[in-house]
Amino acid sequence: MQVTRRQFFKLSAGGLATSTLAMLGMLPQNALADVRSYKLLRATETRNTCPYCSVGCGILMYSLGDGAKNAKSTIFHIEGDPDHPVNRGALCPKGAGLVDFVHSENRLKHPEVREPGAKEWKRISWEEAFERIARHMKQDRDAHFVEKNADGVTVNRWLTTGMLCASASSNETGWLSQKFVRSLGMLAVDNQARV
Amino acid sequence: MTNHWVDIKNANIIVVMGGNSAEAHPVGFRWVIEAKTRNKAKLIVIDPRFTRTASVADHYAPIRTGTDITFLSGVIRYLLETGKYNKEYTLAYTNAALLVNPDFQFSEGLFSGYDEATRKYDKATWSYQLDEKGFARRDATLQDPRCVLNLLKAHVARYTPEMVERICGTPKETFLMVCEHLAGTAAPDRTTSFLYALGWTQHSIGSQNIRTMAMVQLLLGNMGMAGGGVNALRGHSNIQGLTDIGLLSTSLPGYLTLPSEKEADLAAHLAKNTSKPLADGQMNYWQNYPKFFVSLMKSFWGDNASSGNNWGYDWLPKWDKGYDVLQYFEMMNQGKVNGYICQGFNPVASFPNKNKIVASLSRLKFLVIIDPLVTDTSTFWKNHGEQNDVKTEQIQTEVFRLPTTCFAEEDGAIINSGRWLQWHWKGADAPGEAIADVEILAGIFAKLKALYAKEGGAYPEPIMKLAWAYANPMAPKPEELAKEMNGKALADLADPKEPGKFLARKGELLPGFALLQADGSTSSGCWIFTGSWTQAGNQMARRDNTDTGFGNTPAWAWAWPANRRILYNRASARPDGTPWDPARQLIKWNGEKWVGIDVPDYKLDEPPGSAMAPFIMQAEGLGRLFALDKMAEGPFPEHYEPFESPIGTNPLHPKVVSNPAARVFKGDLADMGKADAFPYAATTYRLTEHFHYWTKNVRLNAILQPEQFVEIGEALAKEKGINHGDMVKVSSKRGYIKAKAVVTKRIKPLTVDGKTVHHVGIPIHWGYEGVAKKGFIANTLTPFVGDANTQTPEFKSFLVNVEKL
Repeated sequence: MQVTRRQFFKLSAGGLATSTLAMLGMLPQNALADVRSYKLLRATETRNTCPYCSVGCGILMYSLGDGAKNAKSTIFHIEGDPDHPVNRGALCPKGAGLVDFVHSENRLKHPEVREPGAKEWKRISWEEAFERIARHMKQDRDAHFVEKNADGVTVNRWLTTGMLCASASSNETGWLSQKFVRSLGMLAVDNQARV
Repeated sequence: MTNHWVDIKNANIIVVMGGNSAEAHPVGFRWVIEAKTRNKAKLIVIDPRFTRTASVADHYAPIRTGTDITFLSGVIRYLLETGKYNKEYTLAYTNAALLVNPDFQFSEGLFSGYDEATRKYDKATWSYQLDEKGFARRDATLQDPRCVLNLLKAHVARYTPEMVERICGTPKETFLMVCEHLAGTAAPDRTTSFLYALGWTQHSIGSQNIRTMAMVQLLLGNMGMAGGGVNALRGHSNIQGLTDIGLLSTSLPGYLTLPSEKEADLAAHLAKNTSKPLADGQMNYWQNYPKFFVSLMKSFWGDNASSGNNWGYDWLPKWDKGYDVLQYFEMMNQGKVNGYICQGFNPVASFPNKNKIVASLSRLKFLVIIDPLVTDTSTFWKNHGEQNDVKTEQIQTEVFRLPTTCFAEEDGAIINSGRWLQWHWKGADAPGEAIADVEILAGIFAKLKALYAKEGGAYPEPIMKLAWAYANPMAPKPEELAKEMNGKALADLADPKEPGKFLARKGELLPGFALLQADGSTSSGCWIFTGSWTQAGNQMARRDNTDTGFGNTPAWAWAWPANRRILYNRASARPDGTPWDPARQLIKWNGEKWVGIDVPDYKLDEPPGSAMAPFIMQAEGLGRLFALDKMAEGPFPEHYEPFESPIGTNPLHPKVVSNPAARVFKGDLADMGKADAFPYAATTYRLTEHFHYWTKNVRLNAILQPEQFVEIGEALAKEKGINHGDMVKVSSKRGYIKAKAVVTKRIKPLTVDGKTVHHVGIPIHWGYEGVAKKGFIANTLTPFVGDANTQTPEFKSFLVNVEKL
């Protein structure tokens, strides 16, 4: 569902877009000198949904970077999707600031650990993070897993570790989380719907 | 929402109560304005504060926080006393005429069956009178004193306009004006749409707030109608989806139930959850529970689930009680929890009594944070001065913080309040080493699996047997997971009507949940999503915004269930099939089947005039004015005071002040304040410029609303010598915050039970992390008690004191 502006204009050659371009003095054969290269013309447009409230406003994200190996794509503008039947191009003050969320200085960038009693974070690798977390979980699960209750009924539950799931994550993440927690025997599972 | 955002434009009356949609859902609120300008709709706002929604309303009614049941029960009384309700709808489509168990009763604030020691009800009498076939008895003449309608009349008789004014503080004339507006939509060609949000859920009586409104909508005949319905405006972008996928302590996807330990085997679980009809000729759709459950088991365990092992039933954990977050943090506080994973969740800021939350996290052995942003929870162990005064070196919790992608950096679907599954696409890579949530889960799971394979350990079977047939086991693709939820045929599914033909061939994605089977020949991770990704492709990615009528856009994205946009739409027509309002006909009978602009919510070939009632998920097919045993505190709603009440009594029954079925832990009860020391009714809320605790990390929003404040009415400010802009200390029994005072005309004192009650308004968006100015966690103040059904905390009604600093 990604259409670059360039492709869009190619597709609509001879249509309204072309005449608009001509009015802007941008029709190549008429150009006597280089015109300013508009950033939007080089942008890739990607459709997404606002991650904040549940109105589910459609958004258009504009990024630079054409997918080439050394050109890392980065989003520089986000606006409402005019085709969306609910928001019809509009966004609220939260949605209007989305590009600052994507590029927040408080985005996390590396796995870290805070050791017991420590005052600071320490950067670790993903491998170390997975290894240490899995070890913690297995130790706790092995020590506290309940196979049968007092009446001898098979209950297979693990109550000493729990998980909060994210109601801003996708359905697909939610489904894998459900498989993850239940296969381990967790019952202390909730998402923001609880609060 | 039973309806959807655009459908709000079809309403004649819009009531915003228990929410502030102009502020919290501003773009969705455009459809309210559309209804006002194009449909001449009237907007009524009922709220303790004169909100941004109230500022564009036709009518505003003030109300004391936590008294909505009184107000709405007063409305029900008005409708029944004056006869201004849709009698034909009520008789045919609700359980008004059904007869209730002769031993059911209500007296002095308690329903029959209460046990004070356990604070629970024995609900045996909360039932219908049954005939020899096991069907509910009914009196279509509505003369029997035990029919639901007559019991309801008697129950709400106490909620006079005078009582409403006494408890709610709403002037009697204002209340009656609202009643008249609502009653006008009992006409078949007029509807009310109710819009609510956390202002109704976050109470110890939250579920019954919503239920009382739903009863009003049934009496008015507004359920199933375009421009009607019960419309929950949900708080997060995919809170609907995570709920649908069952990420709650005792739930499974598609509103199936995780088995309890009382259901020792599969047969017991299916017997408990497979609905038996309570009336003749009903669809009773939950009779299909086994098909959905077995298909889920096939998605969980793949080929490892077979009839021989009861589809892996033993591999599921069985619960003894719900481990909701209040229960779990109570256990954590007692040192009974060792590990916790917070995926995109900030409990230090989001849960009540922040100091208890921090103390609880400090007792963990390990905490795993999975988030795109810095959260207050991730640094709970750091001393942030007065805002988080902890002794870091004494906190022995090992904290892992794992960076994940945000919305812009992944593909997938999220579900809006209108139940639309909308697919989105990745626009860029995540910063640094951040990876997707599914890769993090896969990474941990792969390590665990390897450790169990190598070392053995406690009951490894479910870990080893879990289906994980993804092309790259370390990075399952969203498409793979979406298809897994949709479900597929695991064998050729023969068409029972036409021998030799097949409904689906082995391996095909299923077009709808009607094809799901209980014999292991189908899989589906979430049956209500079946049809979202079919052989025809990803239906959630559809982008045809053609309006087929009344703002319905059936080819835009995909709505559960079955791409239906207005739930219960069979009730938009009379039993004989003629529409209540010919100008907004949603479905019609064409002589062979039901057709229309929406997917009919009914058996397609069931002709008009049959016995089958429109609420097909219910065992008797009817909307319930009497809730049977489905609610914790009673089959009828009753007013109970917040656990911290500014009047300290319940004018209806002084011996039962607050919700008798709400669970309160001992230490938390001792932490409840009284009006002598904490005289003001406080409520927390959100601002349009911020989203919960995320946007304090977002520069633009931090600029728009940089600094923490509380709102105080002019009268209280004068009494306390507080000027606009002064710093104030707001305290509850559990802690304090300091913030700027906004002195406003928008909060006025109310007269309640002969006393003057002031409200204090507390926006929630600040904390000790973020790019905005640092602030206090508002939930330092809030009480650790929840709704008796959902355990949603009582964030909207508690007591505080205010002092000038």
